[in-house]
Amino acid sequence: MHPAFSVVFFTTATGAGYGLLALLGTLGGFQIIPPDFWLGFIGMGLALGLIVAGLLSSTGHLGRPERAWRAFSQWRSSWLSREGVASVITFIPAGLFGIGWIFFGKTDGWVGIAGSLAAIGAIITVCTTGMIYASLKPIAQWHSRFTLPGYLIFSAMTGSVLLNALLQGFALGSKVQLAACLLLTLTGWGWKLATWRYNDRLEIPTTANTATGLAGGTVRSLEWPHTEENYLLKEMGFRIARKHGARLRQITQLLAFALPLGLLAIVFALPWPLAALLSVLAAVIQFAGMLVERWLFFAEAKHTVTLYYGR
Amino acid sequence: MTCLPSQSGKKLGLVIDLDTCVGCQACVTACKEWNTGGHMAPLTDIDPYGGHVDGVWFNRVHGYEHTTEMGGRTVNFPRSCLHCETPACVTVCPTGASYKRASDGIVLIDEDKCIGCKLCSWACPYGAREFDTDVGVMKKCTLCVDRIYNDNLAEEDRVPACVAACPTSARHFGDLGDPLSAVSQLVAERGGVDLMPELGYRPTNKYLPPRAHTARPASVAAPALEPVRADGGFLGWVDRMLSN
Repeated sequence: MHPAFSVVFFTTATGAGYGLLALLGTLGGFQIIPPDFWLGFIGMGLALGLIVAGLLSSTGHLGRPERAWRAFSQWRSSWLSREGVASVITFIPAGLFGIGWIFFGKTDGWVGIAGSLAAIGAIITVCTTGMIYASLKPIAQWHSRFTLPGYLIFSAMTGSVLLNALLQGFALGSKVQLAACLLLTLTGWGWKLATWRYNDRLEIPTTANTATGLAGGTVRSLEWPHTEENYLLKEMGFRIARKHGARLRQITQLLAFALPLGLLAIVFALPWPLAALLSVLAAVIQFAGMLVERWLFFAEAKHTVTLYYGR
Repeated sequence: MTCLPSQSGKKLGLVIDLDTCVGCQACVTACKEWNTGGHMAPLTDIDPYGGHVDGVWFNRVHGYEHTTEMGGRTVNFPRSCLHCETPACVTVCPTGASYKRASDGIVLIDEDKCIGCKLCSWACPYGAREFDTDVGVMKKCTLCVDRIYNDNLAEEDRVPACVAACPTSARHFGDLGDPLSAVSQLVAERGGVDLMPELGYRPTNKYLPPRAHTARPASVAAPALEPVRADGGFLGWVDRMLSN
């Protein structure tokens, strides 16, 4: 599948944004982190900023973005529509939580309830994003039991590492938060390795034989219907060289998992300004790594239409 | 609504005979000619006379080599929308632009509602949908909905343009929901198949596989000429005259 940057950035940014929003809503709403003005302002600004930037980026993928409002109508059948509805509904408790925290300086009572609702909305929205991909049968690498948990794990991981950077910046970091970051990053790393292992051994029942209805023997593409690349090949026939794929998997592991793990492990032993600096660095590096991971998620996915082209 | 309608039982579709298709591309050009002015018009061409030709087509004919232990053969394979009974391209649509008609099962797009998110083209395993980058919306085969019900056309012309154009009658149009229809009986007689049945989209269109190879191989050598007796008869005289 063609890795359009608008969609790669959209899923990575909203994943991190919703992860951070869920954590702020829960930890703030239950007074585990203090209702500090600047913490709320920067934290909620960062979470909602990432979400809004991601959603705006996703409209860049549309042929007719001025009609995007129509996408809220088919929630009964379409995961994309459900994602749109869930993302917009989540803005209501998230907005109330942000207003309560920043302007009223409180995160208990109704603000706390809004925080919990925002966290639930964030989790639901990430689920709908994952299901858009997990529900597509023609793409075996996406239509697997690894896709939905992957979206949830990576959202929690990037959101948690962002929250740690934020808390360390305000000298509010804790060993528990650091340990959570390490654990989630390790989980993410393991999940990604398991996903790649599964995808590399995938035996797809759909072949050129079943695609053409020609039973038995071999079906070899002799001639395409067109001499130039068409929409199908540009959008769904994207191929990545095996050696580049292997290198990009290494880069993903280094940036998204290994380096953040190393940096955050050092933060345990560092005093305030340095701990904050390394925590921010870990979050930025991990975000870059997740962009590579998401690019590969598209680039390595194979659509059944390529069977008609002998690919 | 992109939820699938309860069907009336009528399932209009095509039956494509891979045994008789000669790959002449007449259906491809007839489709393009009709539909670039039809229901889903235009079928935009990008840079048609340049070095990077691209454009929207509803019907494309591939060429394959099918090799079995019985030998090899070339198969021409027309590929277009199969108007599936459970089309995921319809249910994934977030706007309601894609829909399946309850009355006859035709899958269509309302171009005025399409936002061009391309998700339907990802959901179709057959590559039946093509995005029009110029208009910014998705396009697909309409089963020539503007021909088959068109009272302005002579009755024999009320078939999809691809069916009307086929010089070898490799394309058949009819109601596959009616077991007594000519197309249903053709499918039963020739063992028509679904494409990618394992994905569960339940396509309406059927493909008739090429007929089996016979045990009588065709002779490829030219037949021997009658021997000419140089010593007599009329042909012998002609031979002598011409040899002088």
